[in-house]
Amino acid sequence: MVIDTKKCVGCMDCVVACKTENDIPEGHNRDWIVTITNGKYPDLNLEIQSQRCNHCDNTPCVACCPTGASHINEVGAVVLVTHSMCIGCKACIAACPYSARFIHPDGYADKCTFCIHRVENGKLPACVNVCPTHCMHFGDFDDPNSEVSRLISSRKNHPLIPEAGTSPRIFYLA
Amino acid sequence: MHEITTTRNNPEIDPFLAVWKWEIPVYLFIGGMVAGMMIIAGYFLFKEKHKNSDSIANYIPLISIILLSLGMGALFLDLGHKLFVWRLYTTFKILSPMSWGAWILILVYPVILANMLMVPPSFILKRFQQIKMITKYINERPRLIQNIGIGNMLFGGILGIYTGVLLSTMGSRPLWNSSILWVLFLISGLSTAAAFVHMIAKNVNERELLAKADNGFLIIELIVILLMLIGLASSSQAQIQAASLLLGGPYTAPFWVFVVGIGIIIPLIIQLLAVNHKIKHTAVAPIMVIAGGLILRFVIVSAGQYSHYLYSYFR
Repeated sequence: MVIDTKKCVGCMDCVVACKTENDIPEGHNRDWIVTITNGKYPDLNLEIQSQRCNHCDNTPCVACCPTGASHINEVGAVVLVTHSMCIGCKACIAACPYSARFIHPDGYADKCTFCIHRVENGKLPACVNVCPTHCMHFGDFDDPNSEVSRLISSRKNHPLIPEAGTSPRIFYLA
Repeated sequence: MHEITTTRNNPEIDPFLAVWKWEIPVYLFIGGMVAGMMIIAGYFLFKEKHKNSDSIANYIPLISIILLSLGMGALFLDLGHKLFVWRLYTTFKILSPMSWGAWILILVYPVILANMLMVPPSFILKRFQQIKMITKYINERPRLIQNIGIGNMLFGGILGIYTGVLLSTMGSRPLWNSSILWVLFLISGLSTAAAFVHMIAKNVNERELLAKADNGFLIIELIVILLMLIGLASSSQAQIQAASLLLGGPYTAPFWVFVVGIGIIIPLIIQLLAVNHKIKHTAVAPIMVIAGGLILRFVIVSAGQYSHYLYSYFR
């Protein structure tokens, strides 16, 4: 996923779409908006980021899972949790440097799935689909001709907390 | 100006991670103490000190089993999806310390049980007469007893190390991500076990030996704590921030007052005076050591969850 911070206005449509699409319980979020202000007045820089699980290449949450509930799906390298295998030990939550997971009120670890149920049917994730400024782009980084590959090769970008060594796969266009 | 605001407010995640509450520190503390008790009992068996009928090697296995079961009970209470706990034993994940731990706990029980069967508690003997045959079989074989001792030391060591490795493999939590954490937890487990066993030991020689051993463990623990903090404080930014939680940050007072002061230094002074026969052995120092060991787990688990990578947001 690639998110253009120059276009994101922090309207939270992505957050609402995710909650609706995935029936996220009240008080919990799979995605959220972070606003970062840097600099010294009057030279301030504002960046708005729509954040969620980074579906890392190097997944500490999958590695630490004692039951195999946390896993990478076979098709699209999306990090998922099989609810019926999760014991709710919270190791994956502690292992995630982005704190992108939480315990669902039903007891299992929950997180963004990139709306895999939609993607498998040829649709975009709900958050990407509803974005009114079209700041979010979803695609295959393995395909050099995909929109996401072209965007990160043509524009300045950064992932979140690269120093944690998880090789996150959401890039923010600066 | 560096300012970050977020709309996320997930329970137990925000404003800082607090998913592991009292259950995990209690489990890590009990696991460490049982590990220490296994190592101590194993050493006494290996050295054939169990031949004294009042040797602690003859009665701490029962306490170990009860404590370990309580620890596992705490671990179970922590689970969010309790009915699925059996899933732990349908697989083995080599990269998951928690999976290792689940299987280690299963292996630890028979090793402690083997020790217990040498001198089974009378209430068990009354109900299960057949155990007498096993007891007789074990006690007729000194080499087997030594091997049970080695098994207890080995699995006790693995259990004690695992309690630290469980946390230290989490690279996302800079305070835990120290390669020396397992040494700290193992030594703390040994010192709390020595303190506990010293407190309940009937044999005077064993009590004296355990007090001396505990002094050694406490000195090593102090050194390991200092090395861990030096290691963190001289590492990268995230680790420096993590160390600062204990060096001026919100966990400074509980760590230095309760863990280092009341849990290590004061009991060390008391026990040094006691082993040099300046004062009598009392339960005061061991209780302080045990309390310090428990608070150590609480501080490390809590501060470790608090520690995080954040600075890179400020680009």
